Amino acid sequence: MALNTNSILGGDGFVTTKLSSFVNWARKNSLWPMPFGTACCAIEMMGTLASRFDLSRFGAEAIRFSPRQADLMIVSGTITYKMASVCRRIYDQMPEPKWVIAMGSCTCGGGPFDSYAVVQGIDEFLPVDVYVGGCPPRPEALIDAVMKIQKKIEMQGAPLV
Amino acid sequence: MERIEFLTEEIIDKETGIKTETMVLNMGPQHPSTHGVLRVVLRLEGETVVKAIPYIGYLHRGIEKLCEHITYQMCLPYTDRMDYVAAICNNIGFILTAEKLLGIEKEIPERAKVAEVILFELGRIESHLLGIGTSALDLGAFSAFLYLFKERERIYDILEMVCGARLTTSYPRVGGLPDDLPENFEEAIRNFLKAFPKTLTEVDKLLTRNRIWVDRTKDVAYISADDAIDLGLTGPVLRGSGVPYDVRKAMPYLGYENFDFEIPVISDGDAYARYLVRLEEMRQSMHIIEQAINNLPDGPYIADLPEIVLPRKELTYTRMESLIRHFVLVYEGFKPPPGEVYHAVENPKGELGYYIVSDGSGKPYRMRVRGPSFVNLQALPKMVEGRLIADVIAAIGSIDIVLGEVDR
Amino acid sequence: MSLDLQTVVDSLNTNLPDSVLDVKTFRGETTLIIDKKRVREVCYHLKDDFGFKFIADITAVDYLGVKTPRFEVVYHVHRFGPDFDDNVRIRLKTELPEEEPRIDSVVPVWSGANWLEREVYDMFGIEFLGHPDLRRILMPEDYEPHPLRKDFDVRDREASKRSFKRALEEGSE
Repeated sequence: MALNTNSILGGDGFVTTKLSSFVNWARKNSLWPMPFGTACCAIEMMGTLASRFDLSRFGAEAIRFSPRQADLMIVSGTITYKMASVCRRIYDQMPEPKWVIAMGSCTCGGGPFDSYAVVQGIDEFLPVDVYVGGCPPRPEALIDAVMKIQKKIEMQGAPLV
Repeated sequence: MERIEFLTEEIIDKETGIKTETMVLNMGPQHPSTHGVLRVVLRLEGETVVKAIPYIGYLHRGIEKLCEHITYQMCLPYTDRMDYVAAICNNIGFILTAEKLLGIEKEIPERAKVAEVILFELGRIESHLLGIGTSALDLGAFSAFLYLFKERERIYDILEMVCGARLTTSYPRVGGLPDDLPENFEEAIRNFLKAFPKTLTEVDKLLTRNRIWVDRTKDVAYISADDAIDLGLTGPVLRGSGVPYDVRKAMPYLGYENFDFEIPVISDGDAYARYLVRLEEMRQSMHIIEQAINNLPDGPYIADLPEIVLPRKELTYTRMESLIRHFVLVYEGFKPPPGEVYHAVENPKGELGYYIVSDGSGKPYRMRVRGPSFVNLQALPKMVEGRLIADVIAAIGSIDIVLGEVDR
Repeated sequence: MSLDLQTVVDSLNTNLPDSVLDVKTFRGETTLIIDKKRVREVCYHLKDDFGFKFIADITAVDYLGVKTPRFEVVYHVHRFGPDFDDNVRIRLKTELPEEEPRIDSVVPVWSGANWLEREVYDMFGIEFLGHPDLRRILMPEDYEPHPLRKDFDVRDREASKRSFKRALEEGSE
């Protein structure tokens, strides 16, 4: 964030920046994830949200299961064709701006399940921002993905309206 | 046929005589308290559930069909992903079934058997921690969830030390263990046994006599012993209704007949009874682990069967015959005799059964997994019809389902 | 007192003659091959007279190209014993031809057979006559093929994609 730091150190007590940088800073540090957990990756996601690998250190404290109140959808676990229409509907209900993390090999490309019922990668029907590989990925990998989303928001941002 | 169930029906309210309608509420596949992708359609009359219909299949990945195309050893990682909460238990069940099919149960070394018992009981503790933790979370007791997950991290540390993975372990091999146990395994287990009872006591104090917990789980989700036997339920759901059936005592495997433990049975039949059964089972598991670690024998960790077991790495890299044998075993797999076999183990959720049909080749002709959560979930309509809608959440939490096992 | 499986077989042969076609043992397990028209009677007899009150599993196997009849429906039933200390497990098998994959449902005998039979119907297309609610359970309701049959390719996702498209269109209405 571009700051005019001279003002902080003994100036009149204010900083100057661009409006979009300020909004991006606020957005990236208070991501409200919506865990869309279906399978084994959901257990590792719960481990990330629990006390050892606390995700709320990164501002993602408010876990909202309602899509209307969230801005980051973490899709973790195998998505089957039966579930895919539900997943798309939930994504459509989220308000803009929204980001999607595809957690685990199953969401990235079907994982070990090359079968008649599994979607080979959720980017068949959802726009994905960050892919995290692993089966399941370690909690540190998921935290790295959230940090990448934060970097993406900082760099590219999202429209204000 | 599906659409007819969704139509509301007109009823006359008993107290006031006003004509009204029942309401259909969908607890969709994406829901914080359904432990995965379970959909329950409820028909409500006010707050009372008139009819509850579970819909599953949102996580059906075709594991049984996939296993028909790969060798037995390649099937092992797929078994992790079924009951992903206690993956090591699924692995051991599958390995035991393959060993039964091959007929090599007597050749498995004692060290491997005792180590598998220790890991199985660790898996049982892991699963009950999650079961109690998430049902507490659903009913609002967030601190219990955090305390129990901290203990799960300790178990993950032990599993990571043994096999390299936290969650999806894929650990034993047909014939024993792939590699010897690490040197600080015994110390890690003993440290765990020292630290765990304290957390159990804390959770016990938090929940067992907590007014809110008791009100929400006592006399909720009741099922009688006869109904439970008729529906084919197993595990803590069955033992919480007073039926003392546990596969470890009924049809022992892995040397469980040599261990001294009890199976807790409570005859109340409600969600509170199941919670108490799970809590006590964790204490009994600790008792078994303690006996096992005190008597862990030395010796080989895998059977000496050249047709089935991969040769040791130093032989594979130095001798041509071992290299060829390694290649053939990995490429074609070991070939059991034609036949079929069913083996059951006591998964933390109930009786996990594997039914393997072999046609003499290296790939199973049919692999069927009898998941306990699939059969246990049939009891949900019986438990909640006629009760309040908030009891549905308590019921689902007390049956303790894992959708990976329900849908496979 | 332990139950001897020979007693069970003898009783079945006496009370329901010609229902047991064969008895096999392998790795310590006993399998009875039952005539498909007498399945429900055999199950009632086992439950009422010998206490096999617990249905452990119902599944099917497709032997396309290996033998005829093509399908086999496999039941695993269990007995606790009066004091829950005499556990006996037995396997029953029936054979169904490809042209007529229909068999009586055993839901009246054990209500736990409900979802197990639905799964067999979903995966193999075997119809259970007298089942209270026979419809697909694991695949979507409008899915056409039966996946676990041997003539269905494991990677064939076309039917799933059609079902997904229909669900998306329905949802956007």
